[in-house]
Amino acid sequence: MSESLELITTSSDEGTLPLPEPQCREIYDKMLTIRRFEEAVLEIYTQGLMRGLAHLYIGQEASAVGICSALNDDDYLTSTHRGHGHLIAKGGKVDRMMAEMMGKVDGYNRGKGGTMHIADMSLGILGANGIVGGGMGMATGAALSGKMRGSGQVAVCFFGDGAINQGAFLESANLASIWSLPVLFVCENNHYGEYTAASDVTAVREHVAERAAGFDMPAMVVDGNDAVAVHQTAVEMVERARAGEGPCLIENKTYRYRGHHVGDGDPEKTYRTQEETDTWLAKDPIPRFARRMLKAGMVDEAELESIDADITKRVEDAVTFANDSPYPTADEVTDHVYA
Amino acid sequence: MSTPERVITYGEAVREAIAEEMRRDETVFFMGEDVAAAGGVFKVTVGLLDEFGEERVRDTPISEAGIMGAGVGAALTGMRPIVEIMFGDFITIAMDQIVNQAAKMCYMTGGQASVPLTIRTTIGAGRSSAAQHSQSLQAWLSHIPGVKVAIPSTPADLKGLLKTSIRDDNPTVIYEDKMMYGLKGPVPDDDDYTIPFGVADIKREGSDVTLVATSSMVHTALKAADMLDKEGVSVEVVDPRTLSPLDMDTIIRSVEKTSRAVVVDEAYRSYGVTGELASRIADEAFDYLDAPVKRVGAMDVPVPFSPGLEPETIPDEAKLVRTVQGLFHDVAV
Repeated sequence: MSESLELITTSSDEGTLPLPEPQCREIYDKMLTIRRFEEAVLEIYTQGLMRGLAHLYIGQEASAVGICSALNDDDYLTSTHRGHGHLIAKGGKVDRMMAEMMGKVDGYNRGKGGTMHIADMSLGILGANGIVGGGMGMATGAALSGKMRGSGQVAVCFFGDGAINQGAFLESANLASIWSLPVLFVCENNHYGEYTAASDVTAVREHVAERAAGFDMPAMVVDGNDAVAVHQTAVEMVERARAGEGPCLIENKTYRYRGHHVGDGDPEKTYRTQEETDTWLAKDPIPRFARRMLKAGMVDEAELESIDADITKRVEDAVTFANDSPYPTADEVTDHVYA
Repeated sequence: MSTPERVITYGEAVREAIAEEMRRDETVFFMGEDVAAAGGVFKVTVGLLDEFGEERVRDTPISEAGIMGAGVGAALTGMRPIVEIMFGDFITIAMDQIVNQAAKMCYMTGGQASVPLTIRTTIGAGRSSAAQHSQSLQAWLSHIPGVKVAIPSTPADLKGLLKTSIRDDNPTVIYEDKMMYGLKGPVPDDDDYTIPFGVADIKREGSDVTLVATSSMVHTALKAADMLDKEGVSVEVVDPRTLSPLDMDTIIRSVEKTSRAVVVDEAYRSYGVTGELASRIADEAFDYLDAPVKRVGAMDVPVPFSPGLEPETIPDEAKLVRTVQGLFHDVAV
């Protein structure tokens, strides 16, 4: 890596767990909740209980949870089409999310948005987004708003490696930098934009984060499957943003274990190799974190099993809640076109 | 008891509306290209920076998608931004932010979110600005549910509609005709003067034919009405003032009275505002009509640069007069 780009490559020492136990428990709980939630989404989709598209976050859990565990409740977040993990990490309720997956009236958006548009304004979740790069302007504006109101709020803009090639990134990063806005641009580089390798379509030497140099903002390349490294990076950058020192670009290197969306075939038979996927499966963020908790003596195997059982039950209850919820009635179709 | 009035220009109406609303509500701020230090390319926002400072009156980079996106995000989170897009032609660059983001946030979130964003932009040919600085693209955003659209023709309408738009909790677009910034007219002398969206205004009363006209075409229609009056044809000029929501009731009532309608808008004639209005009049006022609804718009060509060509493409009063005369020649009076 060229030093002139001032990239910091971050991963944490696997032999330690330098965070307080309650925080570790919460990080683990959130990551596993995302995993179990996504597995349930896969199941309901396969059963025909969910329509549209399901873009699963499985494999990327450390990115969402590592970042969001550094935020306050009133900080803002914009998400992507692959957004379920970000929402859960920021505090989204799995039952209302699951109801939205099915288009039910008890869903976060009363069934009007679905998987790609879930928002919870009370948690600062300004929405998942069906447009690649669609949240970049919004996050920048939310940061501007926080700055103008003097609220101390920061905004996190999650996006994928595909969005780094959208013009919206250049325009938003430039604005955020000239106005020193408290926004963290978090690129989750899962190495594929839909079915095309990021490396084939992205003009960088090695890392997407190199682009930050063009906007006079710091950049970090993080092992995105290491929740601790992501969290520590986020803490530092959130603090910097709150202090008025402006935006940054964090690149979390990660991998999606599933395809672009459910039902689109077997990635390992088309655009990527089994060897590559296996390499990343060996770095699965959830067992990695569990091993560290075990080593630190925070949990034992039995407790890990009971945590999993609790989470699995919560997700099952969410599916039941969603199944039991009715569809919105036709008289709602014209509600909310205007505020 | 009538409100006292002052005569100001269309451009001054913009400045007064923004200044009054910024004094009234500290969450209102204004940003755009060259709007602060230079006071805008049309000089209509001169003085705002001095009064409100650079935090609330912001010069932006030439970055339409970026500033629109920032406007949407700020509007979602407690502010009331006014974003200026210097030329309406440039709104094409910010379309995702308006069409896919701002317009749909309230609906997609089941009513959780609102986007109190005001977008000001310009329309209109007539100054040899050629094909990328002269278009009247108001149909594009009028097509989108979730956006409100105003197209004021006078200083009073501009001021009242712009103030309403800033107070509205939805994304609104104000299309200002760049040729009218020097146009003078009376404006009520009242800081709380507003005009509701969805209320058309009868700019001239008449009994033989209804001319539904927007923006600068209102003035073209009024000139045509004077010319037709000399021939004994009494013209009513109806200005919808907002395209979304649209006050069809006033238009239908006028057609009920006159039995004939011509629609005029400065945009390209095909697939636009005139098509929509004519279709709705034909549909909703069919029983009152003694003649087909005619429409007049710009030629379906890119706006040319040459002073020898540009006027050919824009509707003028002579064309309106001929169109109205045609209605009476085709139909026994």
